[in-house]
Order: sequence, then C-alpha cells, then structure tokens
Amino acid sequence: MSILNALRSDSYVDISQYRDQHFKGNRYEQEKLLKLSCSLYVGNLSFYTTEEQVYELFSKSGDVKRIVMGLDKVKKTACGFCFVEYYTRADSEHAMRFVNGTRLDDRIIRTDWDAGFKEGRQYGRGKSGGQVRDEYRQDYDPARGGYGKIIKK
Amino acid sequence: MSRRRHSDENDGGQPHKRRRTSEPIEIEDRLESLICRVGEKSTSSLESNLEGLAGVLEADLPNYKNKILRILCTVARLLPEKLTVYSTLVGLLNARNYNFGGEFVESMIRQLKETLKSNLYDEALYLVRFLSDLVNCHVIAAPSMVAMFENFISVVQEQDGPQVRCDWYVYAVLSSLPWVGKELYEKKDVEMERILNQIESYLKRRQKIHVPMLQVWTAEKPHPQEEYLDCLFAQVQKMKKDRWQERHILRPYIAFDSVLCEALQHNLPPFTPPPHSEDAVYPMPKVIFRMFDYTDAPEGPVMPGSHSVERFVIEENLHCIIKSHWRERKTCAAQLLSYPGKNKIPLNYHIVEVIFGELFQLPQPPHIDVMYTTLLIELCKLQPGSLPQVLAQATEMMYMRLDTMNTTCIDRFLNWFSHHLSNFQFRWSWDDWSDCLTQDLDKPKPKFVKEVLEKSMRLSYHQRIVDIVPANFSALIPANPIFVYKYMDESSSSLPGYPVTIAISNAIINRSSNDEILTILKDVPNPNQEDDDDEGDSFNPLKIDVFLQTLLHMAAKSFSHSFSALAKFHEVLKSLTDSDEGKLHILRVVYEAWRNHPQMISVLIDKMIRTQIVDCAAVANWIFSPDMAHDFTRFYVWEILHSTVRKMNKHVQKIQKELETAKEKLEKQHSRKKDSGDEEEDKNSDEEDGLLEEQIERLQEKVESAQSEQKNLFLVIFQRFIMMLTEHLVRCETGGVDFNTPWYKNCIERLQQIFLMHHQTIQQYMVTLENLLFTAELDHHILAVYQQFCALQM
Repeated sequence: MSILNALRSDSYVDISQYRDQHFKGNRYEQEKLLKLSCSLYVGNLSFYTTEEQVYELFSKSGDVKRIVMGLDKVKKTACGFCFVEYYTRADSEHAMRFVNGTRLDDRIIRTDWDAGFKEGRQYGRGKSGGQVRDEYRQDYDPARGGYGKIIKK
Repeated sequence: MSRRRHSDENDGGQPHKRRRTSEPIEIEDRLESLICRVGEKSTSSLESNLEGLAGVLEADLPNYKNKILRILCTVARLLPEKLTVYSTLVGLLNARNYNFGGEFVESMIRQLKETLKSNLYDEALYLVRFLSDLVNCHVIAAPSMVAMFENFISVVQEQDGPQVRCDWYVYAVLSSLPWVGKELYEKKDVEMERILNQIESYLKRRQKIHVPMLQVWTAEKPHPQEEYLDCLFAQVQKMKKDRWQERHILRPYIAFDSVLCEALQHNLPPFTPPPHSEDAVYPMPKVIFRMFDYTDAPEGPVMPGSHSVERFVIEENLHCIIKSHWRERKTCAAQLLSYPGKNKIPLNYHIVEVIFGELFQLPQPPHIDVMYTTLLIELCKLQPGSLPQVLAQATEMMYMRLDTMNTTCIDRFLNWFSHHLSNFQFRWSWDDWSDCLTQDLDKPKPKFVKEVLEKSMRLSYHQRIVDIVPANFSALIPANPIFVYKYMDESSSSLPGYPVTIAISNAIINRSSNDEILTILKDVPNPNQEDDDDEGDSFNPLKIDVFLQTLLHMAAKSFSHSFSALAKFHEVLKSLTDSDEGKLHILRVVYEAWRNHPQMISVLIDKMIRTQIVDCAAVANWIFSPDMAHDFTRFYVWEILHSTVRKMNKHVQKIQKELETAKEKLEKQHSRKKDSGDEEEDKNSDEEDGLLEEQIERLQEKVESAQSEQKNLFLVIFQRFIMMLTEHLVRCETGGVDFNTPWYKNCIERLQQIFLMHHQTIQQYMVTLENLLFTAELDHHILAVYQQFCALQM
C-alpha cells in the first residue's frame, strides 16, 4: 500500500549542509555515511557540561553506546562540543527529532549527523585550540570562555 | 559549500521549510500535493478550494484515474483528521462521474480487506469511518452501509476468536456513528435499533478483567477511568437521546447539498469480515484518560462533557494529528493549534489532556516518551501566554492525585516533569508542594518530589538542585553523587585487604598486566575460608572488593574513565566473577562504592552486562536481594531492571535476525542453483551451502541458548516477586494489619509493569508461567495481575 510524500516528511532527520573538511574520502562517500550513521555531533555545549549530563539527556532517545567529549587541543579541557554514538540508527534519529534544539545545561544544543568518530576528531580545530566558532565570535558567553579569541587579542 | 553547521543558524530542525519553493515536476506528484494540501490554510474558502480541485481532478480522470484513485484511498487511510474534507471531494467527483465513484468504493473495499489481513486495524477503522461519511455525501446508499454494520456486529455471535476481535468490529460501528448516525437512523431506524441493542447486550456480557491494569488512577473521583467501549457507547447513547444532533464535526458537504443530492448512489458490496486466524493481532483494549472537565477551564468556551460525542470526536482528531505528524514537532504543534473549530472549545485543555493521555497510556505510549516532552515545549513556544498555565495546572492536578496514580505512570510523570523543567531553568513553585514535607518519605508525594529532584540533578548538578528548592526541602534533596572509598586512608588500615589495595593502585599506575594484577590479588585473605588448603579457586569476595574499589576509585572522575578501567582490566574482572556468587558480589561492590550516584551504578551495570562480566540473571537476583531491600522502591532500581530486560530482549532479537538472514541466503542460493544448471558452479555452491548450513546450525543453537537465558530471566524475576509479595501478604494477615501499604502498592505495580513493558516477549512463555508460577494456589491478589495481563489479548 502506498504512502504519501507529505507524510514521508521527516525533515529533522535530514543531513545538513555541513561537511567535515578533514574527512578522508569524497563528498559522496561522506554523505553515504551520514545517511546511515548512528553517530551525532553535538554543539553549543557549555564548557562545564559533563559527560554525565550528556548521557542522561541523550539516553532519552535510546541506549547510548559511547560519548566522546570535545577537547581544546592545547589545554585538553572541554571546549563545548561532543559526539554521541547510539547502537541503532533509529535511536539516533529520535535524538535528531527530539533532543536537537532543546536545552542542556540551560543552553539550546544542536545535533547533526557525524560520519563516525576517528581519533583526533575530539579536538577543536580553531587556531587557539578550541572550536573555530570561538575564534571569531564577538559576543560575550561566560559558559564558553567569555569573548571570542579575536576580541581577546 | 559552507563549513558552518547549517543548523547552528536556524532554530534547529525543519530547515527545508524556508526552501520549499521547488514545484513537483511530475503531474502525479502535483496531483498528490494538490490533494494533500486541500483543507490547509488558504486565502480562499474551503468550499471554493474543493470545488476547484474537483474540477481539476475531473479533467485529469481520463489520463490519471488510477493515480487519483490511489491517492484518494491513501488519504482516506492515513489522514483521518481530514476525513470530511476528502469525503466531500469524493462526493463532488461522484456527482460529476458516477463510474469513478463506483471504482473508488471498490478500491476502498479492497483496501479494507488488505488492512484487515495485515493487522492494520487502526487504518481499517479510518476506512470504515470514511465509507460511512460517504453516505452523507450521497456516494454510498444508507441501507448498504447498515448492511455492512450488521455483518460487523454478527462477529460477536462467533464461537471462536478472542474477545478483542469482537471488540474491534463493535468499535468500528460505534465510532462511525458520530459521523453517520443521524443519516442511518433516518433511513433505517429499525435495523439500527437492532444493531445498538446487540451491541448493548454484548457490552454487558463481555469480560472486563483487563481494566484495572490499564487505569492511570485507581480512584473513581474526580474522573472515572472508563473502559473505551463503555465510554463510547455512553457517548452514542447520549447522542441518540439528543436525536443524533452532532455540532462539532466540520461537514463541508452540507454546503454542496444541492449538487450532491442529485448524484446517484452506489451500494456497498456485501462485506463478510475475514475469519479469525492465528496470525491476527487485534488492538488491545484501552481506558479513556480524562483529567479535565468544564470546571477546569476558567473562562472562554466550555469543555464538552465526558459522555458527549463532541468530546470523542475532538479527542480522536487530536490523536490522529499526533499520529500523522509526530516526527516533526513544529508541524505537529502548529497542526494541533490550528484545529478547525478551535474557537468553540478550550483547545489548550484538550491538547494537554490528549498528550498526557498518550504519555500515560498502558501498556505503552503510542510514541517514544521524549516526543511528548518536546511537543509540549513547542506548544509552549507557540502559545506562551496560555499553554504554560494549562500545563502548570495539569501538573498540579497530577501531583495532588499521586496517591492513586499507577506507579508506571508516576515514572513517566517524573521523567517528563524533570526533563521539562530542565528546559525552563527548573523554575517551579516548589513552596506550593511543601505539604509533602510533613509526610513519611515513602509516601507518594514526597517520594515523587525526591525522584524529580534526583532526575533533575542528572540533567544539571548537585548545587543547582540545592539552589532551586526552598531550604525546608533539604530532606528531599538527592545525595551529592560522590564515590565512597572504603580503603580511603590510614583510618581504614585495619581493614583486611587494605595493604593489597596499596599494591593494586601502584600496579595500576605502573601499567601492570592483568596477570600481574591477579598475582597480587592472590595475597588477599579469603574471609570464607577456614584454612588455606584450597588456594585461590573458591569464591573470595574480598578479592573483588579490594580490586574493584581501588580501580573504580582511581577511575571515578567520569563515565569514560570508569569504562576505560573496566575495559583495561576485563580479564581480571572476568576471572573474579567466574561464579554466580562472584557476579552477585561485584554488583554489591559497585553499589557500595557508588551508592550516592545511581546514574553511575546504572551505566556501570550496563557496561558489565555488555562485556559479559555479569549476566542479566545476576542483576535481577541482586535487585531482589535483601541487600537492596532498602532501595527497592527507588526509581533508579527499576530503570536498571527494565534496561537489563531490554538488553536481553534485543540480544535475542539480534541473533534471531542473524539466523533469518542466513536462512534467506541459503534459500537464494538454492533457487540460484536450480536456475543455473552449470555443473562447475553447482559444485562451488555446494561447498558454500555446506558452510552456510553449518553457520545456520550454530546460529540455531545460539538462538536456543539465548531464548533459554531470556526465559530464565523472566522466571527469576517473577519468582522473586511472588516470594516477596506472598511473604508480605502472609505477614500482614497473621499480624492483622492492612496489606495495602505504600511498599505493597509499589511492589504489585512493579510486577504489573514487568508484564506491561515486555508483554510481547512474555507472550512466548505463557505456558511455562502458568504451569510453574501463576497457578491457582497463588494468593489471589498476585494471581489477579497475571489474569489481567492475559485478558489483554483475549
């Protein structure tokens, strides 16, 4: 029996525009992995958000297989992102539908599909060691080290 | 290509909404889009849109008839909240093209047969309702609809078949009457009267053993939790008394009456309900969830009464909207809030009631719990001036009635509430609940607040919880989740095994191997042994204590550290937990060390099961052991048990799937061999077959062993429940005290919860359960739970 396109819509689960520039492979391969992935990137975390808090929240959409907290490459301290991996695709889709865009530690967090954790991806890629977004932002965010690095300089 | 995460810029989700400008190129896609979108917000009236669309479709019939038929049948099946919009459309088409109307009816009947055969009973229901509304649109002749209903009702006379089968056919008739009752009674009142009488006598004689298991509250006040068929029948009776007046349903066909009554009608072909088969899985019975009545909405439109047919229609439509749009929370919220006719009803109250009704539905909610949390947040965003107040009112009401709320529902309530609060800075008028402070901590209200605070702490941190509650709530604040190290310092130097802890921590720091660690552990004295002639082989609890306490202490910093520790020393742990006693003891040690941090206990046990350091039965035995009696009613314990059972179930399913896949592969290979006829190829594939057959045999064994483990797990759990409950009941009887203590209510409802949460798996083991455990000798209070469970599919 047929299904309607209108009811097939599941836009929260669609892949975004982001592509990892360090991904080893071409765009097509990356997209293929993203569409099957059980791994999520989680952004806009506070530097003080703990692995335990991430576990608790993301367990609401299914059993969490692993969490890798993002670290400042220099200081090796939390720098506001992490990866959450589920055992099944279905559980990770629920996270995209129902955890993405809600609050953790009082901050609206963002989730996005990730092609799969590889050693090294837990480090920020900004020049100063944290995330790129913290290099250039102009606002004051006490939970993310205050001003962006560009202002601090 | 932008490197920035696109979702960083917008509000999270549904980014395509902005870019939905690309028109479907194919005419068929366009037809589907036109049909799906009719009835949505528009600058023109619904009537003129329907008129326009009917014209377009009529013109396309010569070339796209089948596609149009298929789309219309699909919307009838999948968009029940827009039933009358589409029935009107079909009416208009039938008026313009009689043959098309006939073909549509035929397609619908075919679809109905298919859905019934495929156990898609909800969809079949919508099809029946659609057909009945086609009577109102002059597409189907009333007498033939009545004849179909008569055939439905004749199912209750059948000798074989479960009650739930008859239930569905009765429900299908009753739930169509709000739409078509008036018309059918006007044309065929004698037959309809007979149908209603037959329904009434069926409802009087049918079993209702299942009802207590499905009720959210055990109390009748303020709102009785009615069985769904009883409630609907009462609503239909009331409607009949009102001479079938029904004022809520939007009926676009009324505006087209002059056109439609000129149309020729079709007769439904005689429809015999398909016979009962062993594969049939009928819907489970329900209890109607009610928490509001007209006294609760202070101003504005009045809420229709519990036995008004309007109430039924509103709730049905809201449920259908959620069913259609649950994946996209913004759309779902918007659709709920733009419900047609919303100005005549206190819509926010209906929405909140329907959402909680689903969240608390027993055995399981229709959708994952977290969806409801997020949907309510979206609704609050869209109606910030009114919905949060209704939600607060609902929360307050549910708090007031905790004493009689089913434990499973309390679980869901506290999960929802703590998660919801974490999105709103934990702002709540805790003072309003200070009445709970005067009660014993094991009573439902203080217990609820305590568990909410514990869950809230998991989403934040200890000091935050201390800060958000008034000072007098200190008894309910969760413990600071710190590690309790037995061998902390010199003050514990007198403890046996203390010296070895020093050696172990040094060994770990110096990256000793697993073998070296085991050697060091040989020095640990065994409190279970009188003399040391049997070295090392008998169970030594102190070894586990010394090693694990030290290891976990060193790894206490985070989950990742602890997981890493478990992985690194997996060999040591496996050897220490070789026996059942070992497995039990390791759980005790984990508990002792982390008793302030239930979340950590939970994740460690999860890891230990997955790495086979402990097995599921050990966890079950530990939970029911005297050691854990003091925490038996705490929420985290049941989280652990249910998670354990789920892991077991998923494990069995996984291996069964592997077996199925291997069998399919073999099938494919056999059929390929048949077709090929190439001798050389045949010889190779013979070898492959042999390997596959071996693999299948191994998998078969694996499945059997896993199923045996699963059955054993349930037996352990049920046996322990029976023992505990029987003991309690006997003690109370001989002591002459009331058995219905808070502990008892919790325990018996936890037993219920096992049945409800894992009902599909447990169905496989019914015979064993009935023969071994749930026999007639059992105390009737305990046996009742089992009988209620059986009644769910009878």
